[in-house]
Amino acid sequence: MASADATPVLELTGIGKEFGAIRALHDVDMHVHPGEVVGLMGDNGAGKSTLVKIIAGNFRPSHGEIRFGGDAVHFSRPIDARAVGIEVVYQDLALADNLTAAANVFLGRELKRKFGPIALLDHKAMASRALELFGELRSETRPDDLVKQMSGGQRQAVAIARTRLSNARLVMMDEPTAAISVRQVEQVLSLIHRLKEQGVAVMLISHRMPDVFAVCDRVIVMRRGEKRADKPIHDTSPEEVTALITGAKEAA
Amino acid sequence: MAMPLESPVTFSNVGKIKWWRRGIFASQTGYVLLALLVLMVVMHFASPYFFTEGNMQNVAKNFSFIAIATLGITFVIITGGIDLSVGSMMCFSAMITSMVMIELSAPGSVFVHLAADGKTAVANVPGLILVISVLAGLCAALIVGLVNGFCIAVLGLSPFVTTLGMLSIVRGLAYVVSNGRGSFPGGPDADYFYALTSGDVLGVPAPFIYLVILAAVMAVVLHHTSFGRHVFALGGNEKAAELTGISVVRVKIEVYVICALAAGLQGIIISGWLGSAPANMATSYELNVIAAAVIGGANLAGGIGGPLGAIVGCVLLEVIRNGLVLAQVNSYWQQTLVGVIIILAVLVDRIRSRMT
Repeated sequence: MASADATPVLELTGIGKEFGAIRALHDVDMHVHPGEVVGLMGDNGAGKSTLVKIIAGNFRPSHGEIRFGGDAVHFSRPIDARAVGIEVVYQDLALADNLTAAANVFLGRELKRKFGPIALLDHKAMASRALELFGELRSETRPDDLVKQMSGGQRQAVAIARTRLSNARLVMMDEPTAAISVRQVEQVLSLIHRLKEQGVAVMLISHRMPDVFAVCDRVIVMRRGEKRADKPIHDTSPEEVTALITGAKEAA
Repeated sequence: MAMPLESPVTFSNVGKIKWWRRGIFASQTGYVLLALLVLMVVMHFASPYFFTEGNMQNVAKNFSFIAIATLGITFVIITGGIDLSVGSMMCFSAMITSMVMIELSAPGSVFVHLAADGKTAVANVPGLILVISVLAGLCAALIVGLVNGFCIAVLGLSPFVTTLGMLSIVRGLAYVVSNGRGSFPGGPDADYFYALTSGDVLGVPAPFIYLVILAAVMAVVLHHTSFGRHVFALGGNEKAAELTGISVVRVKIEVYVICALAAGLQGIIISGWLGSAPANMATSYELNVIAAAVIGGANLAGGIGGPLGAIVGCVLLEVIRNGLVLAQVNSYWQQTLVGVIIILAVLVDRIRSRMT
């Protein structure tokens, strides 16, 4: 397993965040290694989303330090985080339904060909690169189909293909399996395995215990803005994690 | 698309969507185009005058008078916005153009003393007055478009309210600058002006030629540039567009500027045909323009639309108007029928998307 790798891709030390008088996060330390899948669990309001948003550059932390690939980083906008190689797959996937799969994968970074002073879209190159990415992810998705007509699993593949395009080193997935069918959940979990095979670190934010236990190497449990547990998946059990989430068990 | 031979993906569960269920064949534009062709055939049998050269020229000219503005507003509608100020903009822009034209050529204006021979300095270069005055008109539209875009994209006001206010502001300004009297294109370049706006080339009306060129440019911009793609993305899912790093503010300002410029150009062309720019010119044209765009398949919810649809919508409206006249139906029915067609066009599309 790649987690034996010396430098973690992402390292947080003492991260805290206050919104006015509300303390959303307090003193969170964590690290993620290349090729590692980490499950981030917790009840609503436990601080998961705040943590994800800090890593993704939506918020600046009030305290603490973020290191990415060994270097200290400060993100003021999401684009800064993306520039170093952090991609987020949002719960609602952030896809434009009225565009094709290829157009969505390349949205905001279209491939172009120059004709004198004008740059026109290179549809062919985008379609074939998108098809390659879908191939890597082993998803049956046609680059020219509209996202509107796609299944949940295919949409997920489009959103993940977008992260592969930039060769992201850390992909955070927010509830990727929340709203899709059982068969599609299988597809999404296998997409996560594909990312792992390619040495990408994945953070899976999920409520669904079986999914976390199916793909994660490690699980981190948040409660009331603090990290309550950080254990290899084979050292814990769904029962223990549930107890940690609900507060029946304080820490592990 | 032709798949590469060594396609990295094998499709066992996901079929290919049939050609007749994708692209134009599955769009409202396609249905309305079909309806238009049927209507034209019916018209041919109903009236022998319909397909005569004179009538066709008339139709081509008349629909060109709203079609350029419809192209512009289609950009805005694709992003999910709306621009109600196009009618006022047509008037204002036309008025500025003809006022500048008069002012630059009138003896007694401040420019007259710049030249020795009693004519104004700019009047000695043929066409210069025309160029300056048209640019002035478009510049007025550009400024209004920028204000619209700024209020909507930067201040976050609703497009409906912003442009409703702008409808009134710009109309008011048109009355203020002309003191309610309107203005007339004049001076040494007036003949060029009329030739370029209401003349024709080999029997094809000039406005129609502009329309075809602009529509072709628009098709390329929408489907083959990243700006066009971002316009569609904004209409499909604005939040997604923002998250992927598209500069949403910039694209929004750009579409309102494009819309304003198209309306301004349209107004200038209409004033050439009318021979004047009265202060009440193009009143409530915004409704015709929006109706044409919607009939042609632009979706007010955003994400769908194109130049072909804009033109088809305008042609359909004009053919109906023309047909009613030829059939000697009381022309007051026209408005009622246009309303029915708007609802029918959207209804057919709704039924179709339910079925698939």
